[in-house]
Amino acid sequence: MISRLSDDRSRAAIAASIERRRVDTRGLLFKTILQSCLLITLALLAVLLVTVALDSTDQLGTRLWDFLQGTLRSRSEDDRLGIHQGMYGSLWIAIIVAVLAFPIGIGAAVYLEEYAPRNRFTSFIEVNIRNLAGVPSVVYGLLGLALLLNGQIFGLDRLTGGSSALSGGITLAILVLPIVVITSGEAFRAVPIELREGAYGVGATRWEMIRTQVLPYAAPGILTGTLLSMARAVGEAAPLILVGAVSGRLGDNPGLFDIGALTDQFTALPIVITTWTVQSGRDVGFTAAAAAAIVVLLVFVLMMNSAAILLRNRFEKKRG
Amino acid sequence: MSMTEEAPRVFERPVTAGEAGAAPGIPPLATERDVVFRSEEVNVYYGAFRAVRDVSFDVRRNEIMALIGPSGCGKSTVLRCYNRMNDLIKDARVTGTITYRGTNLYDERVDPVEVRRRVGMVFQKPNPFPKSIYDNVAYGPRVAGQKKGLDDIVENSLRKAALWEEVNDRLKDSALGLSGGQQQRLCIARAIAVGPDVLLMDEPCSALDPIATARIEDLMQEIKQDYTIMIVTHNMQQAARVSDTTAFFTADVHSENDTRTGILVEVDATQKIFSNPSDERTENYVTGRFG
Repeated sequence: MISRLSDDRSRAAIAASIERRRVDTRGLLFKTILQSCLLITLALLAVLLVTVALDSTDQLGTRLWDFLQGTLRSRSEDDRLGIHQGMYGSLWIAIIVAVLAFPIGIGAAVYLEEYAPRNRFTSFIEVNIRNLAGVPSVVYGLLGLALLLNGQIFGLDRLTGGSSALSGGITLAILVLPIVVITSGEAFRAVPIELREGAYGVGATRWEMIRTQVLPYAAPGILTGTLLSMARAVGEAAPLILVGAVSGRLGDNPGLFDIGALTDQFTALPIVITTWTVQSGRDVGFTAAAAAAIVVLLVFVLMMNSAAILLRNRFEKKRG
Repeated sequence: MSMTEEAPRVFERPVTAGEAGAAPGIPPLATERDVVFRSEEVNVYYGAFRAVRDVSFDVRRNEIMALIGPSGCGKSTVLRCYNRMNDLIKDARVTGTITYRGTNLYDERVDPVEVRRRVGMVFQKPNPFPKSIYDNVAYGPRVAGQKKGLDDIVENSLRKAALWEEVNDRLKDSALGLSGGQQQRLCIARAIAVGPDVLLMDEPCSALDPIATARIEDLMQEIKQDYTIMIVTHNMQQAARVSDTTAFFTADVHSENDTRTGILVEVDATQKIFSNPSDERTENYVTGRFG
């Protein structure tokens, strides 16, 4: 009887303790703070996108095709005002970055992660590569200036034609090289040791192991890193100013895939945007033009990122 | 297969008569012809730290040898000496001699890649490649340069690994879709596909359920007529069930810096190890009094 009584009492106590709902003030506060962080980020982005989109309707809404095909002009009311030359420059900068920085950067990362002995010298090199990734982009512009324009080393200026899309592309390829090395290296480090051992265990050589296990497994990670660095390269203006990107006095529009124009005077979308924004003070028409150029650059980067995501998903599916 | 033709280039030293009976702890009746591995005074170091001390024993043809002992006794480390897997670990160093059918495995002329084609390995965690079932099994022959006859190799290997009936209608599917036990049998098929002589198994059932474990154990019995098998296991019943010979290792604990060095206590016929071991430490372990 006594035990029955205490049993009932403890049941009641248990029920009371677990049924009492507590208001978790701190938890709610924390959640609210996190939500506001996200809201601030989104709001800023939305303001940017909306203002740019509204400003750009004057150009993109009324004469989209002409704007894309037109040339740089010093006065905005000119009907032929457009960004074709900027698109040419940015497109080829992206291609040159892909052709130069990706293979060299991925190759360097393969060597560092898979072949190089782990010692003080290699970790010194790794630390330096990380530091290089943080060097301001203007400094790379100076490097491009000395190396590709002034011909201080190897007389490379004769090859690049001095201030040219080729010089700009090479400079930006050097700029993103450390980023490519770092992100690829991280992708290689993420390859499970079990896969490596499995391949070695059935008699794969190091090269076969890397080719058949490490590279396929790391491919999505490498792709993400390289495409992010590509987006960075396409958005840079400062190094291009130093290697002599101009905003006027350009020749006729080259075809988008006219390789001959690579060694001519050039411009790129970030330069166009900067120049037009500066000019919008005395010529209001340039406000719309700058906004329209921003939209074009955003779409360009967005397309590259979508391609990267699609490719990554394909690789990841393959990886299982 | 091209790799078997190249083989004499690497393992060219013949067995010399003087080596017979040199190592201590050789089980009786080991004739020289039957010895697949002979280890003499093997030490494994990681940097300055000695992980395994003075291990000497023989492994004979077509036997299943179990390496048992408490955690940290270096049995996996020892196992990985036999296919030069320790080469992959930075700072790992093996001293003493290990001969494989008379050739010193650590001779500088020996190519570890060639060794691993003859001494296959199955790992603790099933590690199929993120490829199709077919490509997993064909992987070894392919890296060995073989292009023709892969279909037959894949089928035969999967049959030997008792997996063919379960997967023959979905060879192109990803190996990662298989159950854990199937994945481990696939890894065995993958190891078999290169035509090895020896299979090293590093706790192959520790990630599997009892039914899958039983299947692997049955499989080991079936394939032992074709291969010599060395298995590391934490499971004493497993060692007692599957092996012919058992090596018991234990760890020497260095109290001053809390490190352990693995030592070989005793090697003998499995039945003797589990019923009437010579060493008290073995008896304490197999009867469950320590470890």
